[in-house]
Amino acid sequence: MKLLRMKPGHGEILLAEGDVEVPEEERELIEAFRRELDAGMWAAVPTHDGGGRREAEMVKSFDEVPRDAERVIFFPRAAGGSTPASR
Amino acid sequence: MALPLGTGAVLLLVLVSELVRPSLRGALARLHAIAARVRQPSAAERYDPGRERRAEQRARSLLRSCIDEADWEMYCDLGFLQVPGPVGAIAAEGGPAYAYLIYPHKPIVAYVPGTGELLNEYCVSFPDHSRPYGSPRLPHSDDVLAKWMAITADERRLIGEANMHLPGRQVDPERVRRDLARLAVWERERSERELGGARAA
Repeated sequence: MKLLRMKPGHGEILLAEGDVEVPEEERELIEAFRRELDAGMWAAVPTHDGGGRREAEMVKSFDEVPRDAERVIFFPRAAGGSTPASR
Repeated sequence: MALPLGTGAVLLLVLVSELVRPSLRGALARLHAIAARVRQPSAAERYDPGRERRAEQRARSLLRSCIDEADWEMYCDLGFLQVPGPVGAIAAEGGPAYAYLIYPHKPIVAYVPGTGELLNEYCVSFPDHSRPYGSPRLPHSDDVLAKWMAITADERRLIGEANMHLPGRQVDPERVRRDLARLAVWERERSERELGGARAA
Protein backbone atom coordinates (compact mmCIF):
# COMPACT_ATOMS: atom_id res chain seq x y z
CA MET A 1 0.00 0.00 0.00
CA LYS A 2 1.18 3.47 -0.85
CA LEU A 3 0.20 6.67 0.92
CA LEU A 4 0.35 9.62 -1.48
CA ARG A 5 -0.25 13.30 -0.88
CA MET A 6 -1.10 15.98 -3.41
CA LYS A 7 1.24 18.93 -3.08
CA PRO A 8 1.10 22.39 -4.69
CA GLY A 9 4.00 23.00 -7.06
CA HIS A 10 4.99 19.36 -7.07
CA GLY A 11 2.20 16.90 -7.75
CA GLU A 12 1.85 13.88 -5.54
CA ILE A 13 4.56 12.78 -3.13
CA LEU A 14 5.02 9.35 -1.61
CA LEU A 15 4.55 9.56 2.15
CA ALA A 16 4.89 5.90 3.04
CA GLU A 17 4.81 2.50 1.44
CA GLY A 18 4.45 -0.89 3.03
CA ASP A 19 2.69 -4.19 3.33
CA VAL A 20 -0.27 -4.08 5.71
CA GLU A 21 0.31 -7.75 6.52
CA VAL A 22 3.73 -6.94 8.01
CA PRO A 23 3.06 -5.48 11.49
CA GLU A 24 6.03 -3.13 11.51
CA GLU A 25 5.20 -1.73 8.08
CA GLU A 26 1.52 -1.46 8.97
CA ARG A 27 2.46 0.55 12.07
CA GLU A 28 4.46 2.97 9.93
CA LEU A 29 1.54 3.31 7.53
CA ILE A 30 -0.86 4.00 10.39
CA GLU A 31 1.46 6.64 11.84
CA ALA A 32 1.83 8.37 8.48
CA PHE A 33 -1.94 8.15 7.96
CA ARG A 34 -2.62 9.79 11.33
CA ARG A 35 -0.08 12.54 10.71
CA GLU A 36 -1.88 13.54 7.53
CA LEU A 37 -5.32 13.50 9.13
CA ASP A 38 -3.98 15.53 12.06
CA ALA A 39 -2.65 18.02 9.51
CA GLY A 40 -6.20 18.46 8.24
CA MET A 41 -5.98 16.36 5.09
CA TRP A 42 -8.82 14.36 3.58
CA ALA A 43 -8.08 10.79 2.53
CA ALA A 44 -9.55 8.90 -0.41
CA VAL A 45 -9.07 5.40 -1.77
CA PRO A 46 -9.54 4.87 -5.52
CA THR A 47 -11.91 1.92 -6.01
CA HIS A 48 -14.44 0.43 -8.45
CA ASP A 49 -18.20 0.32 -8.10
CA GLY A 50 -20.22 -2.85 -8.70
CA GLY A 51 -20.40 -2.14 -12.44
CA GLY A 52 -16.64 -1.77 -12.80
CA ARG A 53 -16.70 2.01 -13.03
CA ARG A 54 -13.97 3.77 -11.15
CA GLU A 55 -14.88 5.85 -8.15
CA ALA A 56 -13.36 6.78 -4.80
CA GLU A 57 -14.08 6.13 -1.17
CA MET A 58 -13.37 8.69 1.54
CA VAL A 59 -11.81 7.25 4.70
CA LYS A 60 -11.51 8.85 8.11
CA SER A 61 -9.37 6.24 9.83
CA PHE A 62 -6.89 3.59 8.80
CA ASP A 63 -9.39 0.89 9.81
CA GLU A 64 -11.69 2.06 7.00
CA VAL A 65 -9.02 1.53 4.33
CA PRO A 66 -9.68 -1.74 2.47
CA ARG A 67 -6.86 -4.18 3.23
CA ASP A 68 -6.25 -4.73 -0.47
CA ALA A 69 -6.16 -1.03 -1.36
CA GLU A 70 -3.13 -0.11 -3.42
CA ARG A 71 -3.19 3.60 -2.68
CA VAL A 72 -4.56 6.13 -0.28
CA ILE A 73 -4.50 9.67 -1.63
CA PHE A 74 -4.41 12.63 0.76
CA PHE A 75 -5.46 16.07 -0.33
CA PRO A 76 -6.23 19.33 1.46
CA ARG A 77 -9.74 19.49 2.85
CA ALA A 78 -12.33 21.34 0.82
CA ALA A 79 -13.05 24.95 1.59
CA GLY A 80 -15.91 27.02 0.26
CA GLY A 81 -14.99 29.54 -2.37
CA SER A 82 -12.59 29.26 -5.22
CA THR A 83 -10.28 31.66 -6.95
CA PRO A 84 -12.28 33.92 -9.26
CA ALA A 85 -11.92 32.39 -12.66
CA SER A 86 -11.37 34.13 -15.93
CA ARG A 87 -14.26 33.62 -18.31
CA MET B 1 54.85 54.34 39.19
CA ALA B 2 51.22 53.86 38.20
CA LEU B 3 51.39 56.38 35.36
CA PRO B 4 54.23 54.68 33.40
CA LEU B 5 52.62 51.27 33.92
CA GLY B 6 49.24 52.54 32.69
CA THR B 7 50.80 54.22 29.67
CA GLY B 8 52.67 51.01 28.87
CA ALA B 9 49.52 48.98 29.12
CA VAL B 10 47.67 51.35 26.76
CA LEU B 11 50.52 51.21 24.26
CA LEU B 12 50.61 47.43 24.48
CA LEU B 13 46.86 47.29 23.88
CA VAL B 14 47.12 49.55 20.81
CA LEU B 15 49.96 47.48 19.40
CA VAL B 16 48.13 44.19 19.90
CA SER B 17 44.91 45.53 18.34
CA GLU B 18 46.86 46.76 15.29
CA LEU B 19 48.40 43.31 14.92
CA VAL B 20 45.09 41.44 15.32
CA ARG B 21 42.89 43.74 13.20
CA PRO B 22 43.63 42.14 9.76
CA SER B 23 42.84 38.63 10.99
CA LEU B 24 39.72 39.93 12.78
CA ARG B 25 38.55 41.54 9.53
CA GLY B 26 39.06 38.25 7.69
CA ALA B 27 37.12 36.34 10.31
CA LEU B 28 34.25 38.84 10.16
CA ALA B 29 34.15 38.64 6.36
CA ARG B 30 33.98 34.84 6.55
CA LEU B 31 31.13 35.08 9.09
CA HIS B 32 29.22 37.46 6.77
CA ALA B 33 29.68 35.06 3.86
CA ILE B 34 28.37 32.15 5.91
CA ALA B 35 25.36 34.21 7.07
CA ALA B 36 24.60 35.21 3.46
CA ARG B 37 24.69 31.56 2.36
CA VAL B 38 22.33 30.62 5.19
CA ARG B 39 19.90 33.38 4.16
CA GLN B 40 19.76 32.21 0.52
CA PRO B 41 16.47 30.50 -0.45
CA SER B 42 16.51 26.74 -0.40
CA ALA B 43 16.27 24.70 -3.57
CA ALA B 44 12.56 24.25 -2.83
CA GLU B 45 11.94 27.99 -2.56
CA ARG B 46 14.07 29.09 -5.50
CA TYR B 47 12.17 30.16 -8.62
CA ASP B 48 11.94 27.30 -11.07
CA PRO B 49 10.00 28.01 -14.26
CA GLY B 50 9.56 24.30 -15.01
CA ARG B 51 8.22 23.32 -11.61
CA GLU B 52 4.54 23.93 -12.33
CA ARG B 53 4.79 22.06 -15.63
CA ARG B 54 6.41 19.05 -13.98
CA ALA B 55 3.85 19.18 -11.17
CA GLU B 56 1.03 19.20 -13.72
CA GLN B 57 2.55 16.22 -15.53
CA ARG B 58 2.64 14.25 -12.28
CA ALA B 59 -0.91 15.31 -11.50
CA ARG B 60 -2.13 14.20 -14.93
CA SER B 61 -0.53 10.77 -14.45
CA LEU B 62 -2.23 10.41 -11.08
CA LEU B 63 -5.59 11.52 -12.48
CA ARG B 64 -5.32 9.10 -15.37
CA SER B 65 -4.56 6.23 -12.99
CA CYS B 66 -7.70 6.94 -10.96
CA ILE B 67 -10.48 7.61 -13.50
CA ASP B 68 -12.01 5.57 -16.33
CA GLU B 69 -10.37 5.62 -19.74
CA ALA B 70 -13.41 7.35 -21.26
CA ASP B 71 -13.27 10.06 -18.60
CA TRP B 72 -9.57 10.53 -19.21
CA GLU B 73 -10.20 10.98 -22.94
CA MET B 74 -12.96 13.47 -22.12
CA TYR B 75 -10.59 15.48 -19.92
CA CYS B 76 -7.85 15.47 -22.57
CA ASP B 77 -10.22 16.41 -25.40
CA LEU B 78 -12.55 18.83 -23.64
CA GLY B 79 -10.66 20.06 -20.57
CA PHE B 80 -13.29 19.06 -18.00
CA LEU B 81 -14.92 16.00 -16.48
CA GLN B 82 -18.59 15.14 -16.39
CA VAL B 83 -19.78 13.22 -13.33
CA PRO B 84 -23.35 11.88 -13.28
CA GLY B 85 -25.38 12.38 -10.12
CA PRO B 86 -25.89 9.45 -7.79
CA VAL B 87 -27.48 6.25 -9.08
CA GLY B 88 -30.57 6.81 -6.95
CA ALA B 89 -31.41 10.14 -8.61
CA ILE B 90 -32.88 9.03 -11.94
CA ALA B 91 -34.78 11.38 -14.25
CA ALA B 92 -38.05 10.39 -15.95
CA GLU B 93 -36.14 9.69 -19.21
CA GLY B 94 -33.99 7.13 -17.42
CA GLY B 95 -30.74 9.10 -17.25
CA PRO B 96 -29.30 10.79 -14.19
CA ALA B 97 -31.47 13.58 -12.77
CA TYR B 98 -28.45 15.84 -12.65
CA ALA B 99 -24.74 15.81 -13.35
CA TYR B 100 -21.69 17.88 -12.58
CA LEU B 101 -19.04 19.47 -14.74
CA ILE B 102 -15.65 19.62 -13.05
CA TYR B 103 -13.27 22.30 -14.30
CA PRO B 104 -9.76 22.87 -12.93
CA HIS B 105 -9.74 25.69 -10.39
CA LYS B 106 -13.28 26.77 -11.23
CA PRO B 107 -16.58 26.09 -9.53
CA ILE B 108 -18.32 22.77 -10.08
CA VAL B 109 -21.38 23.29 -12.29
CA ALA B 110 -24.53 21.23 -11.74
CA TYR B 111 -26.95 20.80 -14.65
CA VAL B 112 -29.77 18.60 -15.95
CA PRO B 113 -28.41 16.29 -18.67
CA GLY B 114 -31.79 15.86 -20.36
CA THR B 115 -32.47 19.56 -20.90
CA GLY B 116 -29.09 21.23 -20.41
CA GLU B 117 -30.62 23.46 -17.74
CA LEU B 118 -27.95 24.88 -15.44
CA LEU B 119 -28.76 24.41 -11.75
CA ASN B 120 -25.99 25.75 -9.53
CA GLU B 121 -22.35 26.58 -9.16
CA TYR B 122 -20.51 25.08 -6.22
CA CYS B 123 -17.46 27.14 -5.37
CA VAL B 124 -14.92 24.92 -3.69
CA SER B 125 -11.15 24.76 -3.47
CA PHE B 126 -8.53 22.62 -1.75
CA PRO B 127 -6.01 25.11 -0.36
CA ASP B 128 -2.81 23.72 1.12
CA HIS B 129 -2.02 26.30 3.77
CA SER B 130 1.50 24.98 4.21
CA ARG B 131 2.26 26.64 0.80
CA PRO B 132 5.26 24.40 0.10
CA TYR B 133 6.31 26.45 -2.95
CA GLY B 134 4.66 29.72 -2.07
CA SER B 135 1.19 28.91 -3.40
CA PRO B 136 -1.68 27.02 -1.77
CA ARG B 137 -3.09 25.91 -5.16
CA LEU B 138 -2.82 22.29 -6.27
CA PRO B 139 -1.83 21.58 -9.89
CA HIS B 140 -4.84 21.76 -12.25
CA SER B 141 -5.28 18.01 -12.63
CA ASP B 142 -4.88 17.42 -8.88
CA ASP B 143 -7.68 19.94 -8.30
CA VAL B 144 -9.88 18.02 -10.77
CA LEU B 145 -8.99 14.70 -9.13
CA ALA B 146 -9.70 16.04 -5.64
CA LYS B 147 -13.14 17.24 -6.79
CA TRP B 148 -13.82 13.98 -8.62
CA MET B 149 -12.85 11.84 -5.60
CA ALA B 150 -14.85 13.98 -3.19
CA ILE B 151 -17.96 13.93 -5.42
CA THR B 152 -17.89 10.23 -6.24
CA ALA B 153 -17.11 9.29 -2.63
CA ASP B 154 -19.12 11.73 -0.56
CA GLU B 155 -21.12 14.15 -2.67
CA ARG B 156 -23.06 15.59 0.29
CA ARG B 157 -19.92 16.33 2.27
CA LEU B 158 -18.32 18.20 -0.61
CA ILE B 159 -21.47 20.13 -1.45
CA GLY B 160 -21.83 20.93 2.25
CA GLU B 161 -18.38 22.53 2.26
CA ALA B 162 -18.91 24.45 -0.98
CA ASN B 163 -20.44 27.88 -1.44
CA MET B 164 -23.51 27.48 -3.62
CA HIS B 165 -24.40 30.16 -6.15
CA LEU B 166 -26.77 30.53 -9.05
CA PRO B 167 -25.25 29.80 -12.49
CA GLY B 168 -23.16 32.61 -13.92
CA ARG B 169 -21.46 33.78 -10.76
CA GLN B 170 -17.99 32.70 -11.89
CA VAL B 171 -18.44 30.45 -14.90
CA ASP B 172 -19.99 32.03 -17.96
CA PRO B 173 -23.28 30.16 -18.68
CA GLU B 174 -22.68 30.56 -22.42
CA ARG B 175 -19.37 28.83 -22.04
CA VAL B 176 -21.02 25.98 -20.12
CA ARG B 177 -23.67 25.62 -22.84
CA ARG B 178 -20.94 25.47 -25.47
CA ASP B 179 -19.13 22.87 -23.37
CA LEU B 180 -22.31 20.80 -23.10
CA ALA B 181 -22.71 20.97 -26.87
CA ARG B 182 -19.08 19.90 -27.32
CA LEU B 183 -19.66 17.10 -24.84
CA ALA B 184 -22.70 15.86 -26.78
CA VAL B 185 -20.70 15.79 -30.03
CA TRP B 186 -17.78 14.11 -28.30
CA GLU B 187 -20.02 11.40 -26.80
CA ARG B 188 -21.71 10.77 -30.15
CA GLU B 189 -18.41 10.47 -32.01
CA ARG B 190 -16.99 8.21 -29.34
CA SER B 191 -19.96 5.85 -29.39
CA GLU B 192 -19.77 5.77 -33.22
CA ARG B 193 -16.07 4.91 -33.03
CA GLU B 194 -16.81 2.15 -30.54
CA LEU B 195 -19.65 0.86 -32.69
CA GLY B 196 -17.41 0.90 -35.77
CA GLY B 197 -14.68 -0.93 -33.84
CA ALA B 198 -17.14 -3.57 -32.67
CA ARG B 199 -18.45 -4.12 -36.22
CA ALA B 200 -14.91 -4.42 -37.58
CA ALA B 201 -14.09 -6.96 -34.90
